[in-house]
Amino acid sequence: MDITSEQALVDAVKGAGGPVAVQGGGTRGVPAGGTVLSVAGLSGISLYEPGAMTVVAEAGTPVAEIEAALAKENQRLAFEPMDHRALLGSKGTPTIGGVMAANVSGPRRISVGAARDFLLGVRYVDGRGTVVKNGGRVMKNVTGYDLVKLMAGSFGTLGVLSEVSLKVLPRPETQATLVLHGLDDVRGVAAMANALGSPFEVTGAAHDPAAQNTMLRIEGFETSVTYRMDKLRTLLSATGAEIDVQGAADSDRLWAQTRDVAAFQGKPGDVWRVSCKPSDGPALAARSGAQAWFYDWAGGLIWLLANAGHDLRAALGPFDGHATLVRADVETKARLGMFHPEPAGLARLTSGLRAQFDPRGIFNAGLMEHAA
Amino acid sequence: MEMPIPNPAIMARKARVVERLQGVLPFDAVIFDERETRAYECDALTAYKCPPMVAVLPSSTQEVSDVLRICHEEGVPVVPRGSGTSLAGGALPTADCVILGVARMNDVIETDYENRIIRVQTGRTNLSVTGAVEEHGFFYAPDPSSQLACAIAGNIAMNSGGAHCLKYGVTTNNLMGVKMVLMDGEIIDVGGAYLDAGGLDLLGLICGSEGQLGVVTEATLRILHKPEGARPVLIGFDDNEVAGTCVSDIIKAGVLPVAIEFMDRPCIEATEAFAKAGYPMCEALLIVEVEGSDAEIDHQLELISEIARRHNPVELRQSKSAEESAKIWLGRKSAFGAMGQINDYMCLDGTIPVSSLPHVLKRIGEMSDHYGLKVGNVFHAGDGNMHPLILFDANKPGDLELCEEFGAEVLKLCVEVGGCLTGEHGVGIEKRDLMHVQYAAADLNAQMAVKDVFDPAWLLNPAKVFPLDASESRRAVQLAAE
Repeated sequence: MDITSEQALVDAVKGAGGPVAVQGGGTRGVPAGGTVLSVAGLSGISLYEPGAMTVVAEAGTPVAEIEAALAKENQRLAFEPMDHRALLGSKGTPTIGGVMAANVSGPRRISVGAARDFLLGVRYVDGRGTVVKNGGRVMKNVTGYDLVKLMAGSFGTLGVLSEVSLKVLPRPETQATLVLHGLDDVRGVAAMANALGSPFEVTGAAHDPAAQNTMLRIEGFETSVTYRMDKLRTLLSATGAEIDVQGAADSDRLWAQTRDVAAFQGKPGDVWRVSCKPSDGPALAARSGAQAWFYDWAGGLIWLLANAGHDLRAALGPFDGHATLVRADVETKARLGMFHPEPAGLARLTSGLRAQFDPRGIFNAGLMEHAA
Repeated sequence: MEMPIPNPAIMARKARVVERLQGVLPFDAVIFDERETRAYECDALTAYKCPPMVAVLPSSTQEVSDVLRICHEEGVPVVPRGSGTSLAGGALPTADCVILGVARMNDVIETDYENRIIRVQTGRTNLSVTGAVEEHGFFYAPDPSSQLACAIAGNIAMNSGGAHCLKYGVTTNNLMGVKMVLMDGEIIDVGGAYLDAGGLDLLGLICGSEGQLGVVTEATLRILHKPEGARPVLIGFDDNEVAGTCVSDIIKAGVLPVAIEFMDRPCIEATEAFAKAGYPMCEALLIVEVEGSDAEIDHQLELISEIARRHNPVELRQSKSAEESAKIWLGRKSAFGAMGQINDYMCLDGTIPVSSLPHVLKRIGEMSDHYGLKVGNVFHAGDGNMHPLILFDANKPGDLELCEEFGAEVLKLCVEVGGCLTGEHGVGIEKRDLMHVQYAAADLNAQMAVKDVFDPAWLLNPAKVFPLDASESRRAVQLAAE
């Protein structure tokens, strides 16, 4: 059914006779069975105030449409959402609702925050077909519980987003990336920690073990970027690494590749995403049994390419963080679960919330309920 | 402000409850003498007072768990308390409750500069978190103006903000993990020293839940390296609307200041008489602060000044030194004290879209005439968080009620123009009965359903956040279980 209004969405939810697969553009490989319920038809920007740094859009609005509107005012989605299509080989058009439902954040997560930190307000339809709003379109709002954060990253399991309000940020004048060559994983992660522990406002920190490249991004006014690049170079000279600087165009390209996991596009195997304490990264990667990996978020995010069907979580054992299975066949995703199993206490709260928001358990059933 | 009638059946069990609490806590951690419980009768919303039945001061997560388990078994409501600096009455007791204060839990558990985190017990004050890491050049970003006294527990409960959140975000954007005790005594861990806790974003839900979902005993917080420096520029305008346009132009130009503060004429006059900061007498004053090296600051301040000059400011003063910066901030930082010199005041904190600023200030001026109460406006202009200070005389019968009515009208206006009731103070009891203005019954139901999951018996801080009529049936479940 083609849903083009919130009311039609309400009717579709109320009329659903069984499991429903909640979708935006369907580009992010979420394994959900049932009748597809897509919000792609709910599209359009209803409000954009550049001076207030806020945008309100229907959930099915293409990300590209929002980015284009922002670019005209020299603003952007600062959390740098990944485009999953090349990695997953998926088709379709990424939507802003999908970005928020999956809390998709890119390399700039370490400095500006995640997608959820830019979500100011939501309207959604719960499992009873009730329209609920939470938050609003102002940047500071502590009026009642923050269901906005709860909806972000809930992958459609609590409700179907119909409208989102976002905070946007100015696009800096320019950017540059410092590249250190020849460091191993441990020294690369240590160099990134050193850079992030400085006052120079690094907005991207990634390490590629294959090329032994450690990348650090600085953004801002031209004079400021030049100044901070010099400072960073001095700070990191003690690593003994060979250092060069990539200008704006190359820098932009490098971070788009990091964001979209270009290294694993088209390569056979499953793709995992591990969130961990940055300094734990190298040891985790080493025992993961994966074929290849690289670090984003200064080591706090590891992207791993593993043999198909390999249970990476079992290889990692217990650690501070969690592993998400991003790319695998349907059977593997069903067997291993996309999301990391939760301790019993949290699993009970998750189930309790699911029962309140979606009492029939029809939205993306079973996707996020996975007790250890 | 109406509070539920205390349950006499619970109060009749006081002796047994005290005895059981004494069984799990040190002798001096259970306060039940009526002269001593008075110390906990209110928070910073001092217009409302009620001594609790008992107050307890546990020293560990396990003790918190024991207290909550006992109160759960006895059906006693629990009101968690950080430092008691809430301006919204978030820690106001009821006569049948146990106040659970976390003040004795103020240890630093771990500092980790490599991973840029600190783990603390939540009774620790906001400023002393920064105090624990500043010798290494780090700081904890959220900076509510009560930061000398307020506890991290309360910051998490209210999702506190501060003057610098335009750049650094509020508590929820800087909180990475919590250890929390549920009402039945179960201890859970959410998140930790890594980004984006797995599963549903329970951390985001807990932050700002006003002590209604659990008692947070430990927190993992993001720390940042301090900038090389910071300096403000002071800009005066003879028109509110022009000042508002200037703020919007600064943001559109791609400069992201760390703070943009706004003061209107009544506030400027009051602070000038009090602090003598040398402010110009004009309709609107902006203080815009930027960070970086000296050269970076000069560059940004010049860009901001260029924008300001296009709007014909009556004053434009770039700080060139720490002394000049202190002088510019002096008046703003004395604003609340200055208003307090004139009379008692009520501080609101509704948020509005920045574009509505001139309209809202004009309407507040008209309401001020109508109610015959003076009002001064201080405002975090970059993010739309207003702080109208309404002056009244607490000794004059009827003045508090008049002030509350005026305040409610202002908050309704904030919602009407697309904003919200509270930007950083929280709902507590103060804005509880206005929640209907911002949220429909279904919206409130969705929020209350969350509490049903975490605290099915509605024993944790039950009379806050939701209008009493809306939460009545849920709270009645608890009474019926007696």
